[in-house]
Amino acid sequence: MSLPAATLEAATRHRLRAWEALPWLAALGAFFLFPDYLAFGTQVLVMILFALSLDLVLGYAGIVTLGHAAFFGAGAYTVAMLAAHAGWNEPLSGLAVAALVAGLLGLASGWVLLRTHGLTLLMLTLCTMALLEQAANMFSGFTGGFDGMPGLAFQPILGRFEFDVLYFRTQYLYALAVLFACFIALRVLVHSSFGRSLTGIRENLLRMHAVGAPVRARQVLAYAVSAALAGVAGAVFVQATSYVNLAVLGLERAAGVLIILILGGYGRLYGAFVGALAYLLLEHTLSKAYPTAWQLGIGITLVLVALYARNGILGLADALRRRWRER
Amino acid sequence: MDLASILLGGLAAGMVLFVVSVGLSVTMGLMGFVNLAHGGFAMLGGYAVVLAMRHWGLPFGAALALGFVAVALVAALLERTLYARLYRASELDQVLFTIGLVFVMVAGVTLTVGPETQGVQLPPWLRGQTDLGFLKYRTYSLALIAFGVLLMAALWLGFERTRIGAQIRAAVDNRRMAESMGVNVRRLFTLTFALGSGLAAAGGGLGAEILGLDPQYPLRYLAYFLIVVAVGGLGRVSGVFFAALALGVLDFVLKVHFPKGGTMFIYALTIAFLLARPQGLFGKRA
Amino acid sequence: MSAVLLETQGLSKRFGALEVARGIDFRLEAGARHALIGPNGAGKTTFVNLLTGVLAPTDGRVLLDGEDVTRLAPAKRVKRGIARTFQINQLFRGLPVLENVALAVAERLGAGGDMVRPAGRRADVLAEAGRLVELLHLGADAGRRIDELPYGRQRLVEIAIALGLEPRLLLLDEPAAGIPSAESHIVLEAIAALPPAIAVLIIEHDMDLVFRFAERITVLVGGAIFAEGTRAEIAANREVRAVYLGTALDA
Repeated sequence: MSLPAATLEAATRHRLRAWEALPWLAALGAFFLFPDYLAFGTQVLVMILFALSLDLVLGYAGIVTLGHAAFFGAGAYTVAMLAAHAGWNEPLSGLAVAALVAGLLGLASGWVLLRTHGLTLLMLTLCTMALLEQAANMFSGFTGGFDGMPGLAFQPILGRFEFDVLYFRTQYLYALAVLFACFIALRVLVHSSFGRSLTGIRENLLRMHAVGAPVRARQVLAYAVSAALAGVAGAVFVQATSYVNLAVLGLERAAGVLIILILGGYGRLYGAFVGALAYLLLEHTLSKAYPTAWQLGIGITLVLVALYARNGILGLADALRRRWRER
Repeated sequence: MDLASILLGGLAAGMVLFVVSVGLSVTMGLMGFVNLAHGGFAMLGGYAVVLAMRHWGLPFGAALALGFVAVALVAALLERTLYARLYRASELDQVLFTIGLVFVMVAGVTLTVGPETQGVQLPPWLRGQTDLGFLKYRTYSLALIAFGVLLMAALWLGFERTRIGAQIRAAVDNRRMAESMGVNVRRLFTLTFALGSGLAAAGGGLGAEILGLDPQYPLRYLAYFLIVVAVGGLGRVSGVFFAALALGVLDFVLKVHFPKGGTMFIYALTIAFLLARPQGLFGKRA
Repeated sequence: MSAVLLETQGLSKRFGALEVARGIDFRLEAGARHALIGPNGAGKTTFVNLLTGVLAPTDGRVLLDGEDVTRLAPAKRVKRGIARTFQINQLFRGLPVLENVALAVAERLGAGGDMVRPAGRRADVLAEAGRLVELLHLGADAGRRIDELPYGRQRLVEIAIALGLEPRLLLLDEPAAGIPSAESHIVLEAIAALPPAIAVLIIEHDMDLVFRFAERITVLVGGAIFAEGTRAEIAANREVRAVYLGTALDA
């Protein structure tokens, strides 16, 4: 591609494309077309947000973490404990507090952990998550421990829209609205100069230092923002399901979101959408029937992805499109 | 429980951690490959021991040897066919591959044997208690401690006195320089990976009574294996030894006194330790 | 006499028993056109690593504008005006050429911290990046990913990035290595087009390039300065010829 074309591409990359409306139209369509599956739909929306948060830190900044559920859980427990112990169950403000708590946790742990890299960093992210999980276990008086806190009640959103325990209509639209707002913010962020510099950090850390970028500050900031978003996802999860337990802080959830992001395609935002929908749909249908075969299938898929399709479904789609064009 | 019992119990658990993790430390130090599936080899070894004893009537020692060899062979095969393709890959790819591999191992074991915890029938000479004079303690645990010390000594001798050991140490310190001095690093990888995984298998079988043996084993102990390796310093056998013992004792103590969530202190300590000393106990500064 | 931009005093680096830099006293003035030559393993790249802060010295100091920067992190030294190319390309491999250069320019212009304004809207960054891409004859490849380019073209991107930082001191580590000889003039032209006030230090093995570019030459052998002088002095220096240049210059 020549310079004028490349410059045009770089100058317009951030512009909204028509097809970007599709996911949202589809989500709204699902609301009307699948009224009996909105509880499942809400799960998908929550996981999309969670996967988006991971995409910022992993797909864009290149920080490999197995402990991102720490922030999901932090947001989840913040909302739960505010509601159960402080009588603070207004959902929107609870969401804000959850984002703040998770974001601060991300800032602190990022500042401390991102001095390390490679296996040490990976292991420390695991440790941070396990630390929180065991702390929640230890202080079960506050957190409900292993059994968790069922029956959490939340006020209607904006005073008018009550949480719909039977059909999840309110929850679904609430989750969709939150996802939309967070997505807009994230999209702006990744297209900003800051976001581009994260890509540079991911592609070549040494080079980024050698162009004078304050690498660590950028990484920590990205980590903190990502943590806040994960916290929001966790908070919505609890508000929608009225329940929290230790699983929100567990390795299963952290591994799950990583798999979702990789399956869909990391470093491109929309991979989170594709991955979450595909994975959760498959899990919903297959895992209940054949749980062990499901795990085997996921394992084999991961091995194949790592060897042949590291850019996930969207990456494969890109490759196919490129090959089609070159015919 | 008195102090001595707690200490011995923790040491026994620590020894198992050592036997399982030492292979991971050396291969990580040597290859720089993030192998999250290492616990899976330990699990496979444990299951091999259990099945060999149950279906073929092998005695415990022979079953352990069989587990060691069988898993070492499987590991060597996997290394040649799959792992080797990802040596130059990104850390993320290595993480994905090894997580996938663990899932396959876990699912495979669940499908073939079942999800229940497996017990190992200890041979008569390991059962019961031994009188140490100042205290009577479980023979099995004492044997584990003794085995761990012997293994440490054997490994130390192996690394210090044999040519292969010297080659491994050189390659861990500086792979390119070792290669330029004529060390066949590829073959060293396979050998070390096989031996390390075989040791893990033996550890899985040996420690089945203490750490348990069920399909969730590799994921349940993943953090611990990684902690032991990172705290000990990559590729440092003595480091793994002391880190594993410390972790074993701490875990035991905490589980006794703070059964709910006590292990949070282990994670907190690990974080604090590695921040103060990122190269681990005996690792070299980057 | 021009101001001294860079100075090292007794700069030394030891790895265990291996001494890769021994007490190097070096001076570079603003506007210098200086070459660093020497046999393989002489420690030339190590020296550059010490200058840029990638390596910490075991002894000695590095001074920039008279200020001690020995403990300063690499990124901070870049902000003070030092830019380098690496002996082995250090590029953003998955990104296109234009983006590679734009990232460097963005950092220099202080845009990298902006979390809101789309990078694409920063016409100043894109224009400057485009100018550098053209300068190094990379226009046709501007949109191609680094890992799709031949090595020689990648090398040119490496130089474009360094130029994008608008340094006061430019350290080029074997800039022509890997560039087909038909294109090596591009490198010289780009350097010739630099503002005269910039100090340029080149590490090179291509003696043709060295003698066309350098006004002063330092010869490094075994981690220590073996000889130093003007182009003519070094060309005439018999010991240097014996140790390094061989008889290539006799013709």
